Amino acid sequence: MATTTPVGTLYRGGEGMWTWVLHRITGVGVFFFLFVHVLDTALVRVSPEAYDIVIATYKTPIVALLEVGLVGAVLFHALNGLRVIAVDFWSKGPRFQRQMTWGIAAVWLVVMIPGAYYMLMHSIEALFGSTP
Amino acid sequence: MSAPSIETPRSLSRRNAQRSNFELYSWLFMRISGIVLVFLVLGHLFIMNFLDGGVQRINFAFVAGRWASPFWQVWDLTMLWLAMLHGTNGMRTIINDYAERDQTRFWLKMILYVSSAFIILLGTLVIFTFDPNLG
Repeated sequence: MATTTPVGTLYRGGEGMWTWVLHRITGVGVFFFLFVHVLDTALVRVSPEAYDIVIATYKTPIVALLEVGLVGAVLFHALNGLRVIAVDFWSKGPRFQRQMTWGIAAVWLVVMIPGAYYMLMHSIEALFGSTP
Repeated sequence: MSAPSIETPRSLSRRNAQRSNFELYSWLFMRISGIVLVFLVLGHLFIMNFLDGGVQRINFAFVAGRWASPFWQVWDLTMLWLAMLHGTNGMRTIINDYAERDQTRFWLKMILYVSSAFIILLGTLVIFTFDPNLG
């Protein structure tokens, strides 16, 4: 008699599962940032000084790095969301879901490589005196 | 020994159970709001992080200049509501998936709804009552 080994999860890997996992992680991350972002913007109702002090922390190199992460997370979530919509509503969507996954990965890299450089330019100048 | 009886899916008791299309509408809302948010949020990120020096140029005066225009007020208000509802609904799905105890699920969602409502109302109030001459 054949024995079956119980598996811990229903999902067995592949592009579809990993984009689903990443969609959840980036979604939760962006949602928490949104809370913080509404709160920091609400400081414009307190005083111009209070707002400017908090926004000054957004201009530091460490937060600049976090901003790159935020843009990367939002961009992935947006591209993968469009892919999910295509799979749901486009008759050929399910057949091309794998190609679309590699498509969004390519678009993400093409935007993020120059994007990250541009967003970090000011911090690189502040830390090293010049940009390469 | 008699076979255990299993109710057919379309039996009377099941049909009389409460049914609503809420999950269908929430599924549809995620897709429609998602498409709108792609433009609103990516546009917002591009303007704030890339144009004219990005975050480095943002201060109170910059916000005052932007919210002097009804166009950006409507943009930000629409983005706030759609993003918060889209995010809250996504979190609701995640809580439903991972919180196994009924009580845990209920309280996590209550915390989620109360804090989301607070953020939506706060953000709306800030956009509508912004005073460029403050301070």
